[in-house]
Amino acid sequence: MDFSLNEDQRIFRESLQRVINDLFPFDKRQAAVATTQGYLDGHWQTLAELGCLAAPFPEDCGGFDGGPLELMVIAEQFGRRLVTSPYLATVVLGGHAILFAGSEEQRTSLLPKVAEGYLKLALAYSERQARYDLFDVATTARTDGGGYVLSGQKDVVFFGSDADVLVVAARTSGAQRDHDGITLFVVPADAEGITQTRHNTHDGSRASNILFDEVKLGADAVLGEVGQGLSVLERVIDHAVAFVCADAVGSMWEVYEVTLEYLKTRSQFGQTLGSFQALQHRMVDVYMECELAQTSVYDVTLNLDKDAVTRHRAAMAAKIAVGQAVRKVGEEGVQLHGGIGMTMDVPLGHHLKRAMMMNASFGDVRHHLAAYGRAISAAA
Amino acid sequence: MDIEFSPELEQFRDEVRAVIRAKLPDDLRRKVQHEHDGLNYLDITRWHAIMFEQGGWSCPSWPREYGGPGWSYEQQYIFERELEINDAPPLSIFSAGMVGPALIEFGTEDQRERFLPGLANGEIRLCQGYSEPNAGSDLASLQCKAVRDGDDYVINGTKIWTTDAQHSNWMFGLFRTDSSGKKQHGITVLLVDMAMPGLTVSPIETFEGGDELNQTFFDDVRVPVANRLGEQDKGWSIAKYILGMERFGSANLSRSMATLQRLKVIASEEPAQGGRLIDDTAFAQELAKAEIALRQIELSEQRFLFGPGGPDAMGFEASLLKVRGTEVQQQIMGLMIEAIGAYGHLALDDQPGGDSNAVLAGPEASEYAATMFFNLRKGTIWGGSTEVQKNIIAKAVLGL
Repeated sequence: MDFSLNEDQRIFRESLQRVINDLFPFDKRQAAVATTQGYLDGHWQTLAELGCLAAPFPEDCGGFDGGPLELMVIAEQFGRRLVTSPYLATVVLGGHAILFAGSEEQRTSLLPKVAEGYLKLALAYSERQARYDLFDVATTARTDGGGYVLSGQKDVVFFGSDADVLVVAARTSGAQRDHDGITLFVVPADAEGITQTRHNTHDGSRASNILFDEVKLGADAVLGEVGQGLSVLERVIDHAVAFVCADAVGSMWEVYEVTLEYLKTRSQFGQTLGSFQALQHRMVDVYMECELAQTSVYDVTLNLDKDAVTRHRAAMAAKIAVGQAVRKVGEEGVQLHGGIGMTMDVPLGHHLKRAMMMNASFGDVRHHLAAYGRAISAAA
Repeated sequence: MDIEFSPELEQFRDEVRAVIRAKLPDDLRRKVQHEHDGLNYLDITRWHAIMFEQGGWSCPSWPREYGGPGWSYEQQYIFERELEINDAPPLSIFSAGMVGPALIEFGTEDQRERFLPGLANGEIRLCQGYSEPNAGSDLASLQCKAVRDGDDYVINGTKIWTTDAQHSNWMFGLFRTDSSGKKQHGITVLLVDMAMPGLTVSPIETFEGGDELNQTFFDDVRVPVANRLGEQDKGWSIAKYILGMERFGSANLSRSMATLQRLKVIASEEPAQGGRLIDDTAFAQELAKAEIALRQIELSEQRFLFGPGGPDAMGFEASLLKVRGTEVQQQIMGLMIEAIGAYGHLALDDQPGGDSNAVLAGPEASEYAATMFFNLRKGTIWGGSTEVQKNIIAKAVLGL
């Protein structure tokens, strides 16, 4: 067993942390969020220069041959400083869909551009009626001559409006809730028939609701095997789960540090808040949540390359555990700060927002708990 | 024992319900149905004026001679419940429920004449000048100074978390007039005209984007001695009297009951597992837990208020109700965010990143559920935080 980063990973983390600390002090973070697109182009270029965009991809795709651990390192730094960017959408969701399912041609034509920062992606999979069920797909792609015609509505597509290319899950056969019959497509975001409505999200990101109205696609738009898209989607989403869990733990450690400092310095009733035993124990609980959630992040990250059952079980476990922990820590950060924690100009409330949005991404605690429970009873 | 109200009181309930429903403006109803998102103090005082017209219903606890309806405690209790569950705004607890009774109890004849009519009809909009940057949970350590100068006090210092100060024309504040003794001694209650020179209000935005909070600065603000309530230096006992008046509503029970009803509707409309979210056993069990908690709070509140000693015997039970009530309220709002799934992400587009005039696709609750979940984190912080309330219970009830 080994729970330490290797030399290269350590150096990568240190240089990334320096840059993120420099680029994202809270006031600058808020200014970036307040721009129309929710982040600065310069920040995206910096992420490219640091190798973040190339990190998880193999060398033949223009990458640095990293993987889950590099993504974990990046996510933790993002979470600490509440970085907003299309990284999750482009590299983790869209990029990994292409990495896992793409043909030689698709991988080598698209991923090097992603790695260099010239191409942004988004994954359009979630639909109104599906809630968090990945297999519930009503959007259809019917064959038409040698190609397909795509019709349907995808909602809450992270940074969809920034994407040059959308990876879209559509049904090519079967009923709406069948596991077979889902096919992934690579679709230019400016294709005729696509209408995007962009929204702010509560944590400063952007998300789009996207209407596909009779969008014509060639046969070469298919990503992976026809009708077999679900297993790819599940694998991609487990990677996204690992990423948002690591992001959440970064956020939790930051809340822990800021709140601990506050308890040590804020005085009421003639003594520091940290001298009250009731608050000491609350703060110990926060610390324990951080350490245990950190363990869950290693759990999911180190199981991402295992078989699908092992991988998914770790992903569910982490999403449940970290989801609960990050919400609790976020709430405690606000509560232990009192009134000042409620204000816009301190980061506490923004960490809580990110925590709640993390929970509403890729299946909430209840969704995964139910699935985990079903897995237990199925095995009995 | 009997846990039902009398037939006469049930008839009273029907009567006030009919009036509330008939008089409630549509725009106010919609804001309340959206979990009070965007409901501000001006809305509430507009509603005050409407309720005042019904015979002093804006100040339910006041006797007839001061413009109130002269209702019994049971009637007041029923009325407050009917407001929320019929989607009407609450009345201002502070002005009608707390300061009014304090003026009746401690005020001079002149003060009652000057302030009570305006408090009743909503023309006097009060904010609360209590907390300071260094006096939050430890309120008695407040330092904002009032120095006697002839027939005036001259105030210097600052107050923070002055909710709705920008919409208020008067402040009911606690000021330091003597710092030589115990910190509870030397506090004086003054009613401050917000239009006085030297007083400035600076907004503090809350993290969900709300504009309720302010910091108020005093630079040689003059207040006539005639606006002092009670004796100089003895204001702490008035402050405590006022906090003790918060018998109704400290648990936010009525509002939570209304929210839970709305949440059930949302859960019956939201999809899950190919069916409805409300048919998901696990989610339904959360609704059940919330409903049971509210039922318990409701009957506890009634037990404390209408027990053998009557409402005047209610003391530290209010702290218990506030602690549990605000916890449950936050739980229910958490369920509301959960109920709308991924749509919880979407924020209304008053910020630069949204397409202008875009309508949020998905559930209507995405317009307000997350915003009000974040806003209601305040519930366990202000009005005496959960931690302070537990200190009170530990000391006053448990004798620790």
